[in-house]
Amino acid sequence: MRSRTARAFAMPSALAGGGLCAAFALLGVLGPWLVRRDPLEQDLSAFLRPPSVSLWFGTDDLGRDLWSRVVLAARADLLLVVLGVALAVALALPLGLAAGYWRGPVDRVVTALSDAALTFPSLVLAVVLVSLLGSGLSGVVAAVGLTTAPALCRLVRALVLQTTACDFVDAARALGAAHGAILGRHVLPSVLGRAIVYTTLLGSHALLTITALGFLGLGIQPPAPEWGNMLAAARTYLATAPWLTFFPALAIVLVILGLNLLGEALRDALDPKLLWRP
Amino acid sequence: MPGDPAVLIAGPGGTQAQIARIRADLGLDQPLGVQYLAFLRDLAKGDLGRSLAFQRPVVSVLATRIGPTLWLMATSLALTVVIALPAGLLAAARPLAVESQGLMAATILLLSVPNFLVGLILMDLLVVRLGWLPAAGTGGLLFLVMPTLAVAARLVALVSRTARASLLEILGEDYLRTARAKGVGSLAVLLRHALRPALIPIVTMIGLQAGYLLGGSVVIETLFAYQGLGQAMINAVSLRDYPLVQGIASVYVVGFLILNLLVDLSYALVDPRIRHA
Repeated sequence: MRSRTARAFAMPSALAGGGLCAAFALLGVLGPWLVRRDPLEQDLSAFLRPPSVSLWFGTDDLGRDLWSRVVLAARADLLLVVLGVALAVALALPLGLAAGYWRGPVDRVVTALSDAALTFPSLVLAVVLVSLLGSGLSGVVAAVGLTTAPALCRLVRALVLQTTACDFVDAARALGAAHGAILGRHVLPSVLGRAIVYTTLLGSHALLTITALGFLGLGIQPPAPEWGNMLAAARTYLATAPWLTFFPALAIVLVILGLNLLGEALRDALDPKLLWRP
Repeated sequence: MPGDPAVLIAGPGGTQAQIARIRADLGLDQPLGVQYLAFLRDLAKGDLGRSLAFQRPVVSVLATRIGPTLWLMATSLALTVVIALPAGLLAAARPLAVESQGLMAATILLLSVPNFLVGLILMDLLVVRLGWLPAAGTGGLLFLVMPTLAVAARLVALVSRTARASLLEILGEDYLRTARAKGVGSLAVLLRHALRPALIPIVTMIGLQAGYLLGGSVVIETLFAYQGLGQAMINAVSLRDYPLVQGIASVYVVGFLILNLLVDLSYALVDPRIRHA
């Protein structure tokens, strides 16, 4: 029998999703070597040039090269996604593990905190957090991390509750294993798979939040390129220079699509209830 | 905390003395704990303080802003149900047909488009190219068209996927085979026997999206200069109008709780077993 991950990648949608994610990750990492011009360099003699052979994506209202800006924005946006989700995991994984494993007062405090956070619409919470912590890298990462963590924490807690009810955990306990060993060697590995799948889906949600903040003018501030703030700036030229909207928009849609396809394929592959699926 | 409201109110020409006086008037010179207790005391009396930007009680700002937001939520939900239920039914009735597969592919694509992007595309199409609609603002029904479409797009995709999945699961049940075996037409089987039990996951999905419905409109209201709560929220945040931010946040929390209560109550409406339990 092939492994579940291998089966997931046999699906065309998973391949497409994985390919899109890999392509954009490469774009993010190799960004500075793929552009020929400084994304902040203005050239007022060549403003609002449509896409052409020499200027692949055209230029914006200040004559800046749109290809450079879209590529380097990929670096900024994907870095924010990775850092934001990493912060969420760093918060949610230990808290969820502790709450599900020890239950009792720890569980009550953690559950009360995550429930309280979940009564706020997540984008509103993100807006408030950014206004308190300041826009810019650290503020946006904190906002994304803190708005993403509660749901992940609840998922981890539920998975741990399920796992600790299993016989193999009882067996480990009966053999005298310490709490740390039970958590690290028995509970965590069985929780991690599904948590990772969910994290992929959270990544697409994180990008939606990041670009929405940028679009509202509360995220990464111009002139630094970020897809959301580029779209906000492009609004004025929607009729006259549609390429200013088209390329950042396409980038956002492709990344989210990639993460969604990959996440759903992995979820289907790992969900035992769906094993009958042809 | 970046941005001192007293400095913003005093304006660029404000002297230190003016700033200090404004700070004392607003109670901002008190320790945070004292400020919070004062906020709770006023909240218990139904007083949410004065909006710094509007120079009016927060309650009166909320009163004028809540109507447009409720309208937007109602029209978005209505549109979602009207489109997503038939779409889900169609996709579940003939799961292997090209239309159904195409429909599901379209929903995945739709889920990958941020709502403000849907708004921008609508603006380009309906305002710039066709000139059918006013660009932005609040007022008659015409101003509701684009915000509604932009908010509903994501919900339509989610709900039609949920509807299809839950119908497909139920269509495998024995009692539906019985219904088909005794000669009930396939459309009647879907509508009369399968749809109602399938509604539970659909209602749950709508409930899970309550936060999106409330919070997602923040971006859309701002994009279309639609004078609702969300747009006031963004203004209040950028002007450091903290009393108004607190007031709107309270409304969101209460709204979220009410929406979830409605979802729970509607379970009983849909499923008689829950009603009698």
